[in-house]
Amino acid sequence: MLSGTGLVAGYRRGVTVLSNVDIKVDRGAVLGLAGPSGCGKSTLAKVLTLLHEPWAGEVTLDDVVVRRFRHAAPRAQRTAIGVVFQQPRLSVDPRFTLREIVVEPLAANGFPAEVGDLAERVGLTEDLLGRRPHEVSDGQLQRACLARALALKPRYLVCDEMTAMLDASTTAALVGVVQEEVHTAGVGVLAISHDEELLSVWADDVQRWV
Amino acid sequence: MVDQWRRVGRARTGTPRLVWGAVTLAVLVLGAVFLPWLGELDESLIHYESVRLAPSLEHPFGTDAGGRDLLLRAFAGLRVSLLVAVLCAVISTVLGVLIGGLSGAVGGWPDRLMMRFVDTLNSVPHLLLGIVIVALYRGNLTAVVASIALTHWTTVARIVRAEVLSLRERPFIDAAISGGASRWRILHRHLVPAVVPQAAMSAVLLLPHAVWHETALSFLGLGLPPHMASIGNILAESRAAVMTGAWWVVAFPSLVLIATTLAVSGLASVWRDRLVPRRRSELAL
Repeated sequence: MLSGTGLVAGYRRGVTVLSNVDIKVDRGAVLGLAGPSGCGKSTLAKVLTLLHEPWAGEVTLDDVVVRRFRHAAPRAQRTAIGVVFQQPRLSVDPRFTLREIVVEPLAANGFPAEVGDLAERVGLTEDLLGRRPHEVSDGQLQRACLARALALKPRYLVCDEMTAMLDASTTAALVGVVQEEVHTAGVGVLAISHDEELLSVWADDVQRWV
Repeated sequence: MVDQWRRVGRARTGTPRLVWGAVTLAVLVLGAVFLPWLGELDESLIHYESVRLAPSLEHPFGTDAGGRDLLLRAFAGLRVSLLVAVLCAVISTVLGVLIGGLSGAVGGWPDRLMMRFVDTLNSVPHLLLGIVIVALYRGNLTAVVASIALTHWTTVARIVRAEVLSLRERPFIDAAISGGASRWRILHRHLVPAVVPQAAMSAVLLLPHAVWHETALSFLGLGLPPHMASIGNILAESRAAVMTGAWWVVAFPSLVLIATTLAVSGLASVWRDRLVPRRRSELAL
């Protein structure tokens, strides 16, 4: 279980973005999180993926309380939680090819840098893998981002508005890939979106923030 | 339509400057590499029969106070100056990328400390600081290179640090951290490659500056030993000769120096102008 209790977080002193938030993501299930923009959903995503240290409260990863964040977090903890961001274009290095983007986490952890079945699962062809971000569409890039997030077989996956920039068919395809992970590998998913319709079919349970 | 104009604009920006700069630089570099060989210049020999001859067909730049052909000497000097300049530019760029990159990537108090150190270095005139370094290890090439390189990495460091600071807030760095990348891996996979174009640009801009610096040091008698022809040495020697009316001993070596710096900075400015539209389109994205 990936959980946060009493989370308080923000970026600038005195401006609180998250105040006293509790959240619980179970393995093998999809928790939806809906709310208007600016309510702190993305900040919660950054805290739960250990990318932003909360001012107060606790993040617990499989019964272990996380003490340190970002680089200071143990590599095993960081890589146990995959993350897909809203804007694929900003979340990839523009100098990398799609193949390099997908295998980068493998290489960073000393595994052989092979795409394997990842590309096929997210629907990336050999031709697309050889291209750079400016040569592909947002949807194709987001497929690479999802493949990257799944490369290290994370136990949890945080999708922060993963489908906000995409058309309906790509959305369906990517959600399908995530669902397969949930059912076969028992990945626990936090699906953040402002699209309640999507969450109503995707998530097992939806939390609404006002 | 916009794309078309942008392409036209990019292709045409500064073309005359590009051609002139490239041709001048090519002539000067070829001269510096081959002329001293072809002319078999022996700098330790003094020819009393041909002291301070005015420019003629035999000696197009005239001869200096030691009776040596100035065309050959000026280009031999340019060779030394260019060598020093390239070494300085490379060393200060490498130092600047390493220090600026680390400073920006680490952040916090080490970054603040390093930047105050850079401020301190910059608050002292570079030439003065260079003179101190050269004075400690007088009269060899290494000292001259060190004195220029050690005072000029700060500019590169600042540029690189600023770039790294903006880059490290991008989501793709978050994604890399989440993927288990170490600080070092992020630095050499993402941050350093991103600043290489900027750093290369400042290295090229440093070249003419380093040529002048070396010339100034040698002119003051602090640079290379007198028997090694460098533009600065030649100019320093020729100060007295001007009084006798031998204008060519100052004019031609200076011309070589000025042409070199103008050619390099002209090329560098064309390069910068052509980089700018690309950066604009990146922003528009």
